[in-house]
Amino acid sequence: MLAIFTWLADWIVYRSLGFEEGTRLADAMHFFVEDTSKILVLLVVMIYVIALARASLNLERVRYYIQHRHRLTGYFLGSGFGAITPFCSCSSIPLFLGFTSAGIPLGVTMAFLFTSPIINEVAVIMLWGLLGWQFTLVYVVIGVLVGVSGGMILDLLRGERWLQSFAAKAYQQAESGVQNSPDAGDLPQKLTLKDRHRFASSEVRDIVGRIWKWVLIGVALGSALHGFVPEGWFAQNLGSGQWWSVPAGVLAGLPLYSNATAVIPVMESLIVKGLPVGTTLAFCMSTVAASFPEFIMLKQVMQYRLLGLIFVILLLNFMVVGWIMNAVSPWLFAGA
Amino acid sequence: MRIEVLGTGCKKCDTTADAIREVASELGVDAEVEKVTDPQVIMQYQVMSTPAVAVDGQLRHSGSVPTRETITGLLSQ
Repeated sequence: MLAIFTWLADWIVYRSLGFEEGTRLADAMHFFVEDTSKILVLLVVMIYVIALARASLNLERVRYYIQHRHRLTGYFLGSGFGAITPFCSCSSIPLFLGFTSAGIPLGVTMAFLFTSPIINEVAVIMLWGLLGWQFTLVYVVIGVLVGVSGGMILDLLRGERWLQSFAAKAYQQAESGVQNSPDAGDLPQKLTLKDRHRFASSEVRDIVGRIWKWVLIGVALGSALHGFVPEGWFAQNLGSGQWWSVPAGVLAGLPLYSNATAVIPVMESLIVKGLPVGTTLAFCMSTVAASFPEFIMLKQVMQYRLLGLIFVILLLNFMVVGWIMNAVSPWLFAGA
Repeated sequence: MRIEVLGTGCKKCDTTADAIREVASELGVDAEVEKVTDPQVIMQYQVMSTPAVAVDGQLRHSGSVPTRETITGLLSQ
């Protein structure tokens, strides 16, 4: 089904524009046309379908599901909802306080916030279109595990000690049952098909309108890598034999603040050019999930110690993911 | 009436405040629109999705930039 985009790129680049097949520029152009057309079509169709399905999912509902669960279940629920709930990072603070003041443990809330930027419908659609479903599945599992383990470690270290005092107070009050927690009465009414359609089309307009330029930038970078970095260069210089390539990838990703949309096409090119999967993932997650603007926002509810702790936990997590993936990927993707 | 636009300072909150001011002046409603970014206040309103709108201390809308109809509804009470 996706072959139609290869055909489209053949037609535009080789026939209409008359580029000679096999030259570097033509290669890069072909890659650009194929990937942008494929991704944009996939995005429009899939965002609409997904939005139809989740029109009634909102944060109040999510909070209700997560509340009063066993902790262990809570981490997975937090991370899982972080992946599927429509959520803009500018709502991080209200969400954090809403969860905390309902007595949801810090680690569970952070599992939500860790996973949210890594996994979202756009990332999954793009990975699926560019790198296939096996890789997408691995990516999703890793994204959830990064969130769950990060949350657990935070709670083991009793990170809630270093909340800002008003947030800590709200949490304690909720735990001792002073503040009344929200009940099912707050849940939204049932939606009609027409409501869902309206929601889904506004989501498509909103999301695609916001990210189309990131798709172009990401794919352009990916195309440049694709056309101009020699085959096997990464494998020779940054192969999985070099353990330090993983922390180097994490550090390189830190100052780059981007969303998953722009990074995934780059990721495809890096992998195709022989950069080990684990190193690539470590680099990309560090770019997407550890962002300074986000951290500065969280300062409003956390003390520096907690922020620093979260930062270190994230970085260590990415490195562990990178090393493990480098070690297992030769078997995992042997048939792919 | 006193209108608070709650949000930690993203673009949508500006859009919301501007939209409310615009509709208010069209309708000739005397509305004092104020942007609230203090997380403590936002928490007290129990808002989790921003931008949110409170009218005279009562939470009336949250989670999106309100449509014109919604704003008209908020202003005409």
